Amino acid sequence: MDGRRARHDPDAHLLIMTTTPTAAEPARTGLSPRQRRRISLGIQYAVFVLVLVAVGLLADWPRIFENFLNGKVAAGMFPTLFTVALKNTLIFTVAGYVIGFVLGLVLALMRLSSVAPYRVVALVYIEIFRGLPALIIFLLLGFGLPIAFPGFKLPGDVYGTVALALGLVAAAYMAESFRAGIQAVPKGQMEAARSLGMKPGRAMLSIILPQAIRIVIPPLTNELILLFKDSSLVFTLGVTAATTELTKFGSDTTIDQANSTPLIVAGATYLLITIPLGFVVRRLEARQGRKR
Amino acid sequence: MTHAVEIRDLHKHFGTNEVLKGIDFTVEPGQVVCVIGPSGSGKSTLLRCVNLLETPTKGKVFVNGFELTHPDADIDASRRQVGMVFQQFNLFPHLTALQNVMIAQQRVLNRSKKEAEIIARENLDKVGVADKCHEYPGKLSGGQQQRVAIARALAMNPALMLFDEPTSALDPELVGDVLAVMRKLAEEGMTMLVVTHEMGFAREVADRVVFMDGGVIVEDGTAAQVVGDPQQERTRSFLRRVLHPEG
Repeated sequence: MDGRRARHDPDAHLLIMTTTPTAAEPARTGLSPRQRRRISLGIQYAVFVLVLVAVGLLADWPRIFENFLNGKVAAGMFPTLFTVALKNTLIFTVAGYVIGFVLGLVLALMRLSSVAPYRVVALVYIEIFRGLPALIIFLLLGFGLPIAFPGFKLPGDVYGTVALALGLVAAAYMAESFRAGIQAVPKGQMEAARSLGMKPGRAMLSIILPQAIRIVIPPLTNELILLFKDSSLVFTLGVTAATTELTKFGSDTTIDQANSTPLIVAGATYLLITIPLGFVVRRLEARQGRKR
Repeated sequence: MTHAVEIRDLHKHFGTNEVLKGIDFTVEPGQVVCVIGPSGSGKSTLLRCVNLLETPTKGKVFVNGFELTHPDADIDASRRQVGMVFQQFNLFPHLTALQNVMIAQQRVLNRSKKEAEIIARENLDKVGVADKCHEYPGKLSGGQQQRVAIARALAMNPALMLFDEPTSALDPELVGDVLAVMRKLAEEGMTMLVVTHEMGFAREVADRVVFMDGGVIVEDGTAAQVVGDPQQERTRSFLRRVLHPEG
């Protein structure tokens, strides 16, 4: 923290210097603003290099490689890492996302409905499912319901339970995104559609929603990334070798091998999906920006 | 004979603000009526009441003898008869110019895609933007957007066209193109109700000019009467300000 402050201080000082240049000050120190900036930058680079060198010298590299970046342990994770763990993670995520998308859209439309009970139900749902930890929803669906109703089983077994749990939580967040998107479409769009004789539902479907969904692509993709990570909560339901996913597989292998490399590999696999996803969204947004 | 538009004792309040204070007037088929008046005089609200984008507080609105304000009226059906052109164009930004003109034909009139496209191209050609068919509204100038909006309304074969300050949001050099299209429509015999600040257009094209102020109609007559020889002091002072802004 102190080091960080030390790096920031010269900057702040510099800002004052450049915005309110006075003739007296450079004379007092004998340095021009440009020289001061050079010195300030020099200090910042020096601190950075110093920290790098310190980390390089102090870290126990052989141990780190052996325990976190062990090639042999990592190789042992293939191909199960992709064929089972990643595949299941993707199935959980996509299934949960589809449920969340549809339910979220319905909730958003209810929230904007002119029928008061619909608005109330949607609001209550959103507040509850946004306020609860996802873990509680998982436990309620996985254990709560089967305990209360013996023999209760969701279609798809673990897959169904995870998809529903993820979907129920995601719907609450997505509903709010959809609502914001719908309200961000200018009022004139609805008026133009109605003046052409479209009924309210038709105008919503053909004119408002296509624009609203484009507006909310960034938050919706963010939700996809969150779900992708939240799918790891399935471990609470007890997964088998066939239904394991990335986090569980990583932690199981870590314990099994008494080596932390599998956790790093599992983590890297998450990034393998999330980073390109972020990239795709930025491209989509840029293309949309040109279209508008 | 049925009036194209008939308005009887129309009142509109927004909260405690009374915008229309009892309007009575009619538009005959084929007539071009320009509504002029200072901002806040209620002329846009009057226009928006004609296709029920605003619900009148009191009074009756008839379009082609059909009462829109009747509780059992099928508003969507009568709106189809009335084309509306907005100050801000309100084109659908996610659709190309061609799709903008096609979508209501397909979704409201249930025309086939092929038929809708033929009619859309005819109308885009008529307003002079046929070469912009596949552009999105964001790529078009204001004048081109407004002409696409006119084509969009025309493609529904309306019996009446409403124009709500169609040139007010345009750069001055683009106003002429839009007015030329409106002039052409008038010559073809389209019934038009136009809220405008374009006095030149009102004088040359309108069969009738209505001057509104303070939520009532102050003067109603031919362009020559209302613009050329206004009888009311309010009309005279408005026209002085509009025609000679430098004083």
